[in-house]
Amino acid sequence: MKRRSLSLLAVVALTAACGGEDRAGEFGSDPGGTTVTLMTHDSFAISDSVWEAFTAETGVTVELLQVGDAGAMVSEAILTKDAPIADVLFGVDNTFLQRGLDASLFQPYESPNLDRVLDELKLDDENRVTPISFGDVCINYWIDALPGAAVPTTLEDLTDERYAGQLVVQSPETSSPGLAFLLATIVGTDDWEQFWSDLVANDVGIAAGWEDAYYGEFIAGGGERSIVVSYASSPPAEVIFADPPIDVAPTGVLLDSCFRQIEFAGVLAGAANPAGAAALIDFMLTDTFQEDVPLNMFVFPASQSAALPPEFVEHTTVPIAPHIMDPAEIEANRDAWVDRWVEIVLG
Amino acid sequence: MRTRLGIGAGGAMMLLPILFIGLFFLFPVGMVVGRGLGGEGLDAVDELMRSSRQRSVLWFTFWQAVVSTVLTIAVALPAAATVGGLSDRGRRVVRALVTVPFVLPTVVVAGAFDELFFATGLDTGAFRLRHTVWAILIAHIFFNYAVVVRVVGTAWAGLDGRQAEAARVLGASRWRAWREVTLPLLRPAISSASAIVFLFSFTSFGAVLILGGPRRATLETEIYRYAVSRTDLTGAAALAVVQLAAVLALVAVSTWLERRRPAPIRMARSTPTLRSRSGRWINTVVAGALLGVPLAVLVERSFSTGTGYGLGHYEALGTRVRQLPAPATTALWNSVHYAVLATALAVLIGVVASVVVVHGRSGWRRLFDLGLTLPLGTSAVTIGFGMLVALDEPPVDFRTRWWIIPVAHALVGVPFVVRTMVPLLRSIDPSIREAAAVLGASRRRVRREIDLVIGARGALVGGGFAFAVSLGEFGATSFLPRRPDDVTAPVALFRLLSTPGDLLRGQAMALAVVLMVLVSVSVFVIESSHGTTEGSL
Repeated sequence: MKRRSLSLLAVVALTAACGGEDRAGEFGSDPGGTTVTLMTHDSFAISDSVWEAFTAETGVTVELLQVGDAGAMVSEAILTKDAPIADVLFGVDNTFLQRGLDASLFQPYESPNLDRVLDELKLDDENRVTPISFGDVCINYWIDALPGAAVPTTLEDLTDERYAGQLVVQSPETSSPGLAFLLATIVGTDDWEQFWSDLVANDVGIAAGWEDAYYGEFIAGGGERSIVVSYASSPPAEVIFADPPIDVAPTGVLLDSCFRQIEFAGVLAGAANPAGAAALIDFMLTDTFQEDVPLNMFVFPASQSAALPPEFVEHTTVPIAPHIMDPAEIEANRDAWVDRWVEIVLG
Repeated sequence: MRTRLGIGAGGAMMLLPILFIGLFFLFPVGMVVGRGLGGEGLDAVDELMRSSRQRSVLWFTFWQAVVSTVLTIAVALPAAATVGGLSDRGRRVVRALVTVPFVLPTVVVAGAFDELFFATGLDTGAFRLRHTVWAILIAHIFFNYAVVVRVVGTAWAGLDGRQAEAARVLGASRWRAWREVTLPLLRPAISSASAIVFLFSFTSFGAVLILGGPRRATLETEIYRYAVSRTDLTGAAALAVVQLAAVLALVAVSTWLERRRPAPIRMARSTPTLRSRSGRWINTVVAGALLGVPLAVLVERSFSTGTGYGLGHYEALGTRVRQLPAPATTALWNSVHYAVLATALAVLIGVVASVVVVHGRSGWRRLFDLGLTLPLGTSAVTIGFGMLVALDEPPVDFRTRWWIIPVAHALVGVPFVVRTMVPLLRSIDPSIREAAAVLGASRRRVRREIDLVIGARGALVGGGFAFAVSLGEFGATSFLPRRPDDVTAPVALFRLLSTPGDLLRGQAMALAVVLMVLVSVSVFVIESSHGTTEGSL
């Protein structure tokens, strides 16, 4: 993993050195007084004051267009490639990224603010997309409901008899956290096919999407299972939106099970306002935007200079070594892996 | 055309539905399917249907829809009879109340069902319902109950009870009188309702995925999986072609069945009713258990706060939580606004189309009936993606306009207006029209004063449907680009349920309950706006 980020870094530096000049022309200089359109998914949220700051700073107004989930958004962007509905697309993550790149959705843009971004988040050496935020899909457990109060610490623990009937996951056929968890098991276990066979033997529950897993089968919504695939940021949400208020999260995170999802923004090829688009990408990496991200979208800012809100930090465990996979590898194998998963788990 | 329609501006009127369906449905669907298939054309369809998975998906889609339709008719027909025998006001109240399931997102209903299965021990073991085909069928009855009660109940209210009474006097048993006199008269309404229930079940998404469990797939869920999870737009387009072809074939069959006209009905003074008290009682219990109990679960949850029962979650609807692009109250207002527009559009188009379907030349008749029903059997993905792809340049650069959402809703509303109105128009005794003509009324006046007056009842009931469908629509809306201030209530509700935390979940439940109340009240108001006493002339 490390070697790859280093080589990536080198390429980034190289392209930055070579490509700086002609880009200034391509993206124009002063987008003031224009409108830039941002296409994103339904989970996107940011404070109004942040957009006001952007307009005050650049003179550019942002028009937000939201469509479905990340998968629907990428499909729609591909379908409308010849006449894009927006200038910037935000919310494509590393599991979908390669599809967007293969479809030539984006035009390269290297933001001057990119140096604030953690190196391991930069996955495209041509800067067609810019990392904006990241989060982790992880196994969550309801602390008080674990059998024998035993906390699972590794993925393999989930196949232990004591957790029989306790785990519910989402199908990778229909759910993005479901796919991320499947990828985590492919990277994180010695033999993922055997691992899933063992989970089936241990009565794993399968739900179509996050909502019916978390609120249908997991204890949080009155279900009977104490372990669920969710996010590393689910415990802080449980505290922040608790009713009545609580001080300690009722759920914990199995750190060995996490898969990192990085969300990117990119300037769409054929954007009507490339200068405004570039200004928006730059702005999305400023502290004003980045510090607003955690409590709105329950993910981490990509910029190292952004300070994290205390209530977010307090209840969040950041996985130190989450599983991650190259987008090209995901794209090359995803359908085959999912089909194999179906054979093993549903077959 | 002019002579058959008898309306001077007939040709011009016909243009309206043609333009509407052409621009907002046929053109977009054609574009997205064409682009998806690309150079492969129908070979892609051929290849897809060679896979055994897709063949079994097609078969399952078909049979579960047939069984859902039969079960829904069986469960809801007695209720339609009871409703037919109620007072005008009582009938409107019941018709309004049964629309509630239309506005509830499946994920919410599924939660309520799961709770029921859990409470009754049906979640595991030999009699488990969870993740079985039975759960899908029960959910389809739940969601489609209103279709039968409203369409058939409306027709029933217009029957002349004297025919059945005459049969009884001549010695027929109650059952025989019902089967041989009343049932044939109701056949057009029943087949109309069946067609809608069938198409709704055929394109059902959430119920299949969530309640049916991961092993069940229908054409609709497969289109979603190909288009969204796999970004295989060719596969999705091929599946969309299969879905369209299947729906076309099935609608053609149902149109053919409906054209076998019944004996004309005299408009009634006394309505045949389900007289037996025990029948009515059983009915109330069935409806209560099927519709009432899951809804009661939601209501209970909406009032349940961290500090006991209270209005906390309702009060929270006025303040924007970070997860929502606008306060939930704004989303509610948007939804009502869109529903009003969608209803007006659906009624306008639907009334014109119904007149053509009943009185137009046979070729036009069939085309209108098919074309206008098709959106009901078309995947939300196909419609949403299609609009995005097709309506992208002047003079039809509409894809990011806010009003494209109510237009998409109206596409689904129109078939409801047509399918409630057409059986009523067909049931008008030709002798009434002849009498009016003999007395010197022009053809146009006959249409206006007989067809439209009698049809108005159907148009309003269909309009009520259109309103409910729009208020609860999630699929196509979610695929169309929306500005933050244009968020609809179902989209907001779904968003609230996608972040953990009891406050967000409570607010989602409150939002669902407000939607339930809104739809009942609105449908009641819409259907009360017609002055004529229904069921009689």
